[in-house]
Amino acid sequence: MTFFEVVFYAFSTLMVVAALGVVSARNPVHSVLFLVLTFFAGSAIWLLLEAEFLAITLVLVYVGAVMVLFLFVVMMLDINITRMREGLMRYAPFGIAIAILLIVQMIMVVGPENFGLQAFAAPELHGADYSNTKELGRVLYTDYVYAFELASVILLVAIVAAITLTMRRRPNTRHQIPGEQMKVMKQDRLRIVNMKSETIDSEDK
Amino acid sequence: MEWLLSLTPDFILEFALEFWGWLPMWLQVLAENMLYIVMIMVPLMLCVAYVTYAERKIIGYMQVRLGPNRVGPKGWLQPIADAVKLMFKEVIIPTNSNKFLFLFAPILTLGPALAAWAVIPFFDGVQLSNLNAGLLYILALTSMGVYGVIIAGWSSNSKYAILGALRSAAQVVAYEIAMGFALVGVLMAAGSLNLGDIIARQAGGFTSWFWLPLFPLLAVYFISGVAETNRAPFDVAEGESEIVAGFHVDYSGMAFAVFFLAEYANIILIAALTSLMFFGGWMSPFGSMADHALLGDGTHWFILKTMFFIYMFLWFRATFPRYRYDQIMRLGWKVFIPVTIVWIFVEAVMVVMQWGPWAVETVAAVGGA
Repeated sequence: MTFFEVVFYAFSTLMVVAALGVVSARNPVHSVLFLVLTFFAGSAIWLLLEAEFLAITLVLVYVGAVMVLFLFVVMMLDINITRMREGLMRYAPFGIAIAILLIVQMIMVVGPENFGLQAFAAPELHGADYSNTKELGRVLYTDYVYAFELASVILLVAIVAAITLTMRRRPNTRHQIPGEQMKVMKQDRLRIVNMKSETIDSEDK
Repeated sequence: MEWLLSLTPDFILEFALEFWGWLPMWLQVLAENMLYIVMIMVPLMLCVAYVTYAERKIIGYMQVRLGPNRVGPKGWLQPIADAVKLMFKEVIIPTNSNKFLFLFAPILTLGPALAAWAVIPFFDGVQLSNLNAGLLYILALTSMGVYGVIIAGWSSNSKYAILGALRSAAQVVAYEIAMGFALVGVLMAAGSLNLGDIIARQAGGFTSWFWLPLFPLLAVYFISGVAETNRAPFDVAEGESEIVAGFHVDYSGMAFAVFFLAEYANIILIAALTSLMFFGGWMSPFGSMADHALLGDGTHWFILKTMFFIYMFLWFRATFPRYRYDQIMRLGWKVFIPVTIVWIFVEAVMVVMQWGPWAVETVAAVGGA
């Protein structure tokens, strides 16, 4: 076994174990952290394919942004774990049936006859000056430019939709207007009164 | 190294060379890289220790105090004394906390801050790994530091800690976007993600560095960097007057020390990155004297620039009062992100119209190759 294969199997094992951890961890925060580990292992496998742009972007976007927000939300949830597990045995046969169905389906679609070495040759190794970023950029902005633009528009629609769903006019809420706060001058708030100093004797009178 | 080799007897040298030849290839590569990593890490950790000393001393002088001056001559051994003290203190683990995550969180904050140094070029070609997507790698690693904070806050099983963690997470996520956009501006100007190329693109002295054409992005990047490292005036995650010490309130001894190491390692990293991206890294400010030993290009310029930006961090801390939390959020989302987007747009127009200092070569680099 070459060093390359050792690395591949190490990260593949890690990925499978971490993915199992996601669904089997009792605590949802642990599940999220296992998912982060899964992404890391996936990113390492992509690095072996010389796809460094995809690998680092996976870490940057999913680990660095998406999972942070996930963790943020999951951490705040007040989940009663024992109540969640109550129905586990009752639903188990149904769940197992669906899982088997999914596994069979996946083997049929991405199994060896469709994606094996006969259908796809093993990717050849490139030299040190090969830049995955450049290759990806060229394909993305030439051959697949319409699909790429379409995907970005769909994402934009999703962003706008999410914002409109959460943005409600609430007339009763108080909020600050920073522009007006900045415009406040000393004269508006402070009144300096010119008066004689008061002494204790003067109060007595 | 030469004199050392001449002193050692020949048979030892021969044996060492022979022994090196026996080792399998992967072990040779591993040993060589380990040596390089140690060569980067040891000076870095020493820097971290002495940045804490510099901070106390500089802020001391700014506030007309002397700062630490008891341990060793002029207080020079203070960081060593602090380290020894922290090492021998007990690490207390709170009841009902998650022990593994509690102890893992400090490591998770320190790890990315150190790993990012793998792609930092100290001189032309002097770097651990000449990664093609170096800038992306740095962005990915700096975005991971927040995990340590969140996990520390959550696993401490304490209300103050989780409040600090939430504040910090929201703040880091907000400023990371502005920071990323600022770096997009840099990569557009350089036409490359490779840090060596980014520096090479800034050749020609003080006025051809990126700080001039990318000035708004520089301001956004550096201020976001201060916010990312949770330093004053953005240190609400720690906010000692409001939530005691925030996310690391339950940490003691070495676990606490690692958080501190991470904070200072991050400061040094942000300072180094600012000098790389906007101030030409190891380039000399005197472009015409590139071959001169002292005034020409060299690692000393990189160290000098980095030290200047570390000093800025300390200066900020001594100068500005802490931001209010809603103002931090407003600055991040409503001021910095629009500024970066506008400037990226301006830059894109300049690149396409071939105006400005970088236009011609960038277009050639993108179109060709």
